[in-house]
Amino acid sequence: MKRFITLLCAVLAAAGFGVAAQSPAPELMFDSNPSLLTMPDDIYLGEIGGVAANSKGDIYVYTRTGHPTISIGTSRAFAHGGSRLFQFDRTGKFVRELGKDSYGMMVAQQVRIDPQDNVWIVDQMAGYVNKLDAQGRPVLMLGRKPESINVPANAGRGGGGEGGPGRGRGGLPGAGAQSDVFNRPTDVAWDSAGNIFVADGMGNARVAKFDSKGVFIKSWGSRGAEPGMFANVTAIAVDAQGNVYAADAGNKRIQVFDNSGTFKSAITNVGAPGALCLTPGTNQMLYVSNSNPPEDFDSGGEIYKVRLDGTIVGKFGKAGKRPKEFGTVNSIDCRTENTLLVGELANMRVQKLTLR
Amino acid sequence: MKRLLACVPAVLLAFSSARPAAQQKATVQNVAEIPYTSVPNFLKMPAGETLGEAIGVATNSKGHVFVYHRSANTRLWEFDKNGAFVKEIGKGYYGFEFAHSVRVDTQDNIWTVDEGTNTVTKFSPDGKFLMVIGHRPPAVEGAVATVFGPNQPSQKYIFCRPTDVGWDPQGNIFVSDGYCNNRVVKYDKDGRFVAESGSEKAGSEPGQYSLPHGLQVDGRGHVWVADRTNNRYQELDNDLKPLKQYTNLGTGWTVCVSAGPHQYVFASNSNPNGNGPGTWANTGEIYKMELDGTVLGKFGHASKDFGGFQVVHMMDCRNPNEIIVGEIESWRVQKLLLQPQASKTGSSR
Repeated sequence: MKRFITLLCAVLAAAGFGVAAQSPAPELMFDSNPSLLTMPDDIYLGEIGGVAANSKGDIYVYTRTGHPTISIGTSRAFAHGGSRLFQFDRTGKFVRELGKDSYGMMVAQQVRIDPQDNVWIVDQMAGYVNKLDAQGRPVLMLGRKPESINVPANAGRGGGGEGGPGRGRGGLPGAGAQSDVFNRPTDVAWDSAGNIFVADGMGNARVAKFDSKGVFIKSWGSRGAEPGMFANVTAIAVDAQGNVYAADAGNKRIQVFDNSGTFKSAITNVGAPGALCLTPGTNQMLYVSNSNPPEDFDSGGEIYKVRLDGTIVGKFGKAGKRPKEFGTVNSIDCRTENTLLVGELANMRVQKLTLR
Repeated sequence: MKRLLACVPAVLLAFSSARPAAQQKATVQNVAEIPYTSVPNFLKMPAGETLGEAIGVATNSKGHVFVYHRSANTRLWEFDKNGAFVKEIGKGYYGFEFAHSVRVDTQDNIWTVDEGTNTVTKFSPDGKFLMVIGHRPPAVEGAVATVFGPNQPSQKYIFCRPTDVGWDPQGNIFVSDGYCNNRVVKYDKDGRFVAESGSEKAGSEPGQYSLPHGLQVDGRGHVWVADRTNNRYQELDNDLKPLKQYTNLGTGWTVCVSAGPHQYVFASNSNPNGNGPGTWANTGEIYKMELDGTVLGKFGHASKDFGGFQVVHMMDCRNPNEIIVGEIESWRVQKLLLQPQASKTGSSR
């Protein structure tokens, strides 16, 4: 009987009936600098796919800007342009553009900086993860940009970012190919051994693991709502122990896996997670954004601070266009626990937040 | 037979809404001609550059002229009050793809309405990005075939080929939206949705729209809407309740409200693209009105020649005696000097 009660409590807690989950998350006090980044007169930031700082405080922004273009050539149509990668110093002063006129910068999805200060960009449309060294030279590429696109893409969503042959063929829906062929990938993270984890993504519904040289190891997940399945994988982070945190916005949860992809637990009561960040150090904290979609500025939008066991420390912000409000947060940098860089798609800006 | 006759107007209406370029002769009678001259070579282009379709024109408080035009890419250029080129604004901006309107607010912020990206963007007086309302669909969704059939349900924060923007004295933002919604939307100064009039569906009742193509707000906070395919202008109160409609001025292409304590409304019965048979002689003119709707005069006519109009798409009337017009077809901006005239009620105010 005692065992039964313990089990019942565990079930109730897992179902969200726990005391902690019922009490509202405390509001955390914070300030914002919405105009940290200064642009040259002839360059405009667009929608912020990703923002990240390196060990020196240099800030990288991968942004959807310019003109996504279809060129008419042979019977095939070629797509190019639409995103750019900019570098700023720690004070927000513009330094330079990286990868100007790149073959593959189309729909900026994320930028992350690894412990060696390499710059990793994820492009949702070109369907690749590209590791650039600190000078901006590409040194490792996962995935490949599709050669051409269908016009019109009457298949609708996914028509532009399809990664090529082998996409889930014969397998479970969203499981993808056992390789680095992505379908609208969204994010990248690393463990302490340098293994690479890719969130794949909006078209597929899986996490793919590669070694530090980019050799495919395994992938897990398919489309669904069961533990280990995803509606989509919108962001990813890896803690110091090698556990993998995969944001599953469509199922309103973050799933936690061990380093080999075995499901461990789910973090809930944080809305639909659109962006994730893990602080460095020994007492790691997780920031997660309940990102409002661009068509709704009247609900959601807040960011949660969460312990790795899923306990919610507090939340801050809401959807809106004023400073300290958020418009579809797609990226959080939390290299310093109480100083965040937040990139917004719909508001086309980066805010530097200071938690009090 | 009676039933057959009764259905005729409905058929005509459907026909006209399927052809938004169809033009209508104004029915207002005995309107005085306002003499004017067009300033030769007003705008001086940057070396090696030319204007495209001059879709949007606006001035700021210093008399600088902003032209939002469809070039190889849609571009926004600033000229000084003498027409000398100052600079380009928004080069490569993600919200520029297919120009529809540029307007300048009372603080000299510059606002663009882009129907190719479904965005309304606020730039500072020196051209820095400040705020965007609306959202460009991400390219990853691919090239989408042009949709025929019923419009999708309208959404508070998503536009469908929006057309124009204006503000009331409190700074609330009003957007006419557009080619594939048929509504007017009100936001507060921070871009938060307040109210809408109309919906995605076209209609001809007061408070319904069929291609709301231009919009401005007067000093009382009343909203003037050029309701193009309904061949009328509608005047709304500040809460978007319909007050009046003006059906005698031809096709409502675009509207302008002058600055200052005594405001005038300018309304353009723009001639149609291509100047179809029967349209040359009786379209193309611009009307000048009092805020109460009294028509004071008219000027202009359809013509490809300098001084005439070849599809006026937007007017600036900050100074009611200096009208700047942007035209679609002749890829030009003209500055018109109107001969000042006393208003009918001006002396008593």
